[in-house]
Amino acid sequence: MTWESSAITITTLLPIVGALVIILVPRDRDRMVRGLGILFTGAALVLSIAIAVGFDYGTDGLQFVLDVDWIAAIGARFHVGIDGISMPLYVLTFLLSFLCAVYTWRFVPEPGRTKAFLALMLLLETGMAGTFIAFDLILFFVFWEMVLVPMYFLIGIWGSANREYAAIKFFLYTLFGSVFMLLGFLALYFSGPDPHTFDLVKLTEFGAGGGFTHTFQLIVFGAIALGFAIKVPMWPFHTWLPDAHTEAPTIGSVLLAGIMLKMGTYGFIRIALPVLPEGAQAYAPWIGVLAAIAIVYAALACLAQRDLKRLIAFSSVGHMGFVMLGIATLTEIGIQAAVFGMVAHGVITGMLFFCVGSIYDRYHTRQIAEIGGGMSQRMPKLAGVFAFVAIASLGLPGLAGFWGEVMALLSAFRPNEALLDGQVGLFRVLMVAGGVGTILTAGYFLWMLQRVNMGTMPERWNEHAFGDIHSVEWMSWTPLLVLILALGLFPRLIFGVSQEAVSGIMAVLGAGG
Amino acid sequence: MIRLPFVLLFSAFLFSAGVYGVLARRNAVMVLMAIELMLNAVNVNLVAFSSSLHDVGGQIFALFVIAVAAAEVGIGLAIVILLFRNRASINVDEVNLLKW
Amino acid sequence: MVAAVVTAIAAAEAETTGVATGAIQYAWVIALLPFIAAPLILFFGKRTPGQGAVFGIAALGAGFVMALAVLFHFVTGGGTYAPEGIEWFEIGPLHLEVGQYVDGLTAVMLVVVTAVSLAVHVYSLGYMHGDVRFTWFYVVLSLFTGAMLTVVIADNLLLLLVGWEIMGVCSYLLIGHWYEEHENSSAAIKAFITTRIGDVPFLFGIFALIFATGFTTTNIAEIGESIAGPEASSALVTAAALLLFGGAIGKSAQFPLHVWLPDAMAGPTPVSALIHAATMVAAGVYLVGRMFEVFVHADPFVLTIVSVIAAITTLGAAFLALVQDDIKRVLAYSTLSQLAYMVAGLSLGPEGVTAGFFHLFTHAFFKALLFLGAGSLIHAVHSNNMSDMGGLKDEMPVTFWTFLIGSAALAGVFPLAGFWSKDELLVGAWEHNQWLFFVLLAVAVMTAFYMTRCVLLTFFGRYVGEGHPHESPPVMTGPLVGLAGASVVVGFLGAPQLGAVFGDWVYFEHPHDADFVFWVAVVGTLAAAAGILGGYRLYRERRERDPLMAFPRAWNVLQHRYYIDDAYMRGIVYPIRDRASAGVNWTNQHVLDGAVNGAAWVTRGLATFISWIDRTFVDGVVNAVGGLTGATGGLLKYLQTGNVQWYAVLLFAGVVVLTIVFVQIA
Repeated sequence: MTWESSAITITTLLPIVGALVIILVPRDRDRMVRGLGILFTGAALVLSIAIAVGFDYGTDGLQFVLDVDWIAAIGARFHVGIDGISMPLYVLTFLLSFLCAVYTWRFVPEPGRTKAFLALMLLLETGMAGTFIAFDLILFFVFWEMVLVPMYFLIGIWGSANREYAAIKFFLYTLFGSVFMLLGFLALYFSGPDPHTFDLVKLTEFGAGGGFTHTFQLIVFGAIALGFAIKVPMWPFHTWLPDAHTEAPTIGSVLLAGIMLKMGTYGFIRIALPVLPEGAQAYAPWIGVLAAIAIVYAALACLAQRDLKRLIAFSSVGHMGFVMLGIATLTEIGIQAAVFGMVAHGVITGMLFFCVGSIYDRYHTRQIAEIGGGMSQRMPKLAGVFAFVAIASLGLPGLAGFWGEVMALLSAFRPNEALLDGQVGLFRVLMVAGGVGTILTAGYFLWMLQRVNMGTMPERWNEHAFGDIHSVEWMSWTPLLVLILALGLFPRLIFGVSQEAVSGIMAVLGAGG
Repeated sequence: MIRLPFVLLFSAFLFSAGVYGVLARRNAVMVLMAIELMLNAVNVNLVAFSSSLHDVGGQIFALFVIAVAAAEVGIGLAIVILLFRNRASINVDEVNLLKW
Repeated sequence: MVAAVVTAIAAAEAETTGVATGAIQYAWVIALLPFIAAPLILFFGKRTPGQGAVFGIAALGAGFVMALAVLFHFVTGGGTYAPEGIEWFEIGPLHLEVGQYVDGLTAVMLVVVTAVSLAVHVYSLGYMHGDVRFTWFYVVLSLFTGAMLTVVIADNLLLLLVGWEIMGVCSYLLIGHWYEEHENSSAAIKAFITTRIGDVPFLFGIFALIFATGFTTTNIAEIGESIAGPEASSALVTAAALLLFGGAIGKSAQFPLHVWLPDAMAGPTPVSALIHAATMVAAGVYLVGRMFEVFVHADPFVLTIVSVIAAITTLGAAFLALVQDDIKRVLAYSTLSQLAYMVAGLSLGPEGVTAGFFHLFTHAFFKALLFLGAGSLIHAVHSNNMSDMGGLKDEMPVTFWTFLIGSAALAGVFPLAGFWSKDELLVGAWEHNQWLFFVLLAVAVMTAFYMTRCVLLTFFGRYVGEGHPHESPPVMTGPLVGLAGASVVVGFLGAPQLGAVFGDWVYFEHPHDADFVFWVAVVGTLAAAAGILGGYRLYRERRERDPLMAFPRAWNVLQHRYYIDDAYMRGIVYPIRDRASAGVNWTNQHVLDGAVNGAAWVTRGLATFISWIDRTFVDGVVNAVGGLTGATGGLLKYLQTGNVQWYAVLLFAGVVVLTIVFVQIA
């Protein structure tokens, strides 16, 4: 096994090894457990960066491929690899997990039990990372489902008051979608090339060659898309998200918003679009409409939220709407925008949840009215970081949030002419809706800042000791803050990486992009 | 030579006396003795048939029965003694713990 | 420090290749300097003497010198400098390059921005002295200046947009600088959201222009070529022009998006001078000028719309300026009115571009001067209201004289700066759009009137405020004097008698000769005189009641700003913020989530039912068998008496019965 063929597998499975090691550590060695968490996530991060360094950015093919027999009886293979679309998400997974582990050095939510907490987090990490590199549908599905269980426990055990409802809702809703997705995968298996295969590369070739009939594509795309749409989540399948986010512990929210939601959009780009291009063509306008609704709807819903965390959760729905709008245009610009939007949203919203977690840590409430404003007076640094990230989230040019949004809107100005002939007018309407959404987005974020940061601090907090940003917080936040700025100034960091792979998908989808 | 029917009548009488003793006596020792009567009635039968049929097997069986009876009396008396120790009585009517 | 190094490089370059060509290659450094200064102030400001302001001032000082060198390039007859940019990123067919586009307009704007910003930076040393967030103030101020310079120098629309929006955020942060007051933070939000309402059309306009180039570039020059080309669709260009103008309406606070600017006066006064008078609000005008190719190739009705909006704004704002008591609001409405003046100039077509920008140029100096003067007054009397001032000319002579110069320049008094630029606009209007001429003339009268009112109410009469006001420190009066000097002289750059050199720098396509129409100059001067005389007659003596209250109905309407703000709040903001959002939230919780929970409820109900079936019927049979067995046993158990002899009896009975049976069978 060379580094080339084993790198991804080692990196992806390292966190599970970490989880096993952590389980073996005695319960009372709390510091050691946390140290091990940082060590293993850090090692995985270093390996993933090594992969990124060794990656050849000039081609659109898979790299670091490992393709061996796995479950021979059903033809499932252990086929992993990485390309320009996977790469940013893959590295982001390890980065955010590492930062979460660093954050855990100081903050373990009630009821403690650090060992279980970190072990579950590491398991989650492997599941998320695996989803982005699996090129076999069964393997993909295994990683996809592997994510559910640890997140279920993270929410259900370490969550806040209404955690059990949220955890069960999250689990069942996602599982509901997964079932349809699995059925879709099986349909692909049985209708695909001979001999039957779950291999994504082969299925993509087969689909691009027009191997699937039109009706088949419509049905199967619908099934697979439903599974992905729930994960994204697209309107109107989003209602699990605010509950899950609101109840989840900080780390859970960060990873949920930062990476897990991207599994859905990634699935669209990686599986649904290239394998079933005609299905994509037929569904794209509907997806676009739902995306535009999500943008405006989420912004309006945000205006009505009284709970800080719930507000951020709803904002995620809107931002993922921009990502889906980009995908729905079926253009190179749109899909590039989607990839950028995913990474940017992961960084920004992950950071926002960190901020909200720290605010909760200090105030022990998430109600905007109870916080009552004036955070800038007592905690200028925390308030400043919060404002910076919120402004990045509302899409300020020069910060990460801008490029994904603006390029998605630009792609909607000219959707794929070859595939979406006659839909240009519709997509321009969607673009305008998205534009209105950006105004509303600015509105709710600034209103939130006004009510949290600005004004004077209510008297009831006078006796309360507030510490500004703690050094552990700085350590886990600084990389994200730097990334927000760096991605905004040098969008090439993502566009350049994903370019070749997206061109490859466009070649499959058909010209006109 | 005594004719077989007489012997059988005798053993029947002996057996009936034993049955009566087992069913009617209250004293556990008497019950045990009645059982011995019944066993011996069987022995008489065995020997009688053995003799009349010229088959020595019946007499061997009688010897077995005597051995079994000895063992049975040994255990039976031991139970009676324990019963007496625990209940200060050997009246079988009073020993009815094992019921519904 | 970095600034010094860069200036040294520029200077060295200047020695070898000549000042003009040397400096122009490094014009981008002017924009970069404040961006370097901002993080320096943020991270090291508190540890340096002067709390970091020195970084900003050094950056702006160096920038100002370089900007003058760049302008000198055009003074000496140099041409446009637009080198290939460096690649930023590419996405699909679209290639983006970052580069500079330096023409005369850019050079003039660079000078204006760096000059006013430098003045404001210095002035703020005094004005913001002792402020709790002094360092932060300078961070944002530097950031703002950098963003504005980026807008000015950008060679492509997306880079311009980046600067444009960063300006917006800096404006938001500075308006909300004293965020403890709810009013201030609300004003900040209002400013950001209102301008963003304009920015969205602007963004779509950019899209349309990118589309016009076949999705290949956002470079302004290349866009211009595509639009001028034969295959450009007229409808597309017209749409793009309208959409771009939407951005200008937002940023330059034109009707109907003007509502944010008066409220923006909640920010510190130096901010009002820099952002909300001289630079950022002029960016909208700059945008129209920079993209004028689009407006020229669009359908002519676009420029008609522009002129109508300019007329509405300039007149409406001038009326509002008449009745304000807050001195900053007088100046804010005046700014609105004057910005619309510039827009009106642009609406005249290619010949009006020079005039419009000349007014932008002169206005930046005297309006910044007026705001800083107002700041000096506010600093002295701790109130914004003119009803708390009066009679200050003796206590504050420098402020008085400089303010007087600024007011006269704004009113268009010969030979100050405002006279020349206003005259050029009036001439242009007379030649191209006569109804607009009369509007502009009427506004000229009103401008002179309200500035006279303002000067009389603040500096003359007797002092009615509290405490003992005294002249501001030299760091504040210094910039006042400097700007006053500029307000006197910059007008001559456009004076036709002196060759109107300004027109050689800033023009569309080719320079236009500035006409001097004597009777227009006379009429303009008479208009100013009429306004001043009218104002003097009404406000010569201080009265308890404003004389304009003689028209109660009009007064009322003006005090309520034509009820436009109320209409926006009641018609748009509250319905969206309170009702639509609540409706959506209700829908979310009860309809969508209701459907999810309903599905869960139905599933659970079904499960309960199935469970009942299972327990009652399926399990029922099993239990019934068990129950029957149990019942039978329950009856039979009574045979178990515990009496051994009873068992023996049964045994015998059984044996007897069996014996009989066997015998019978046998």
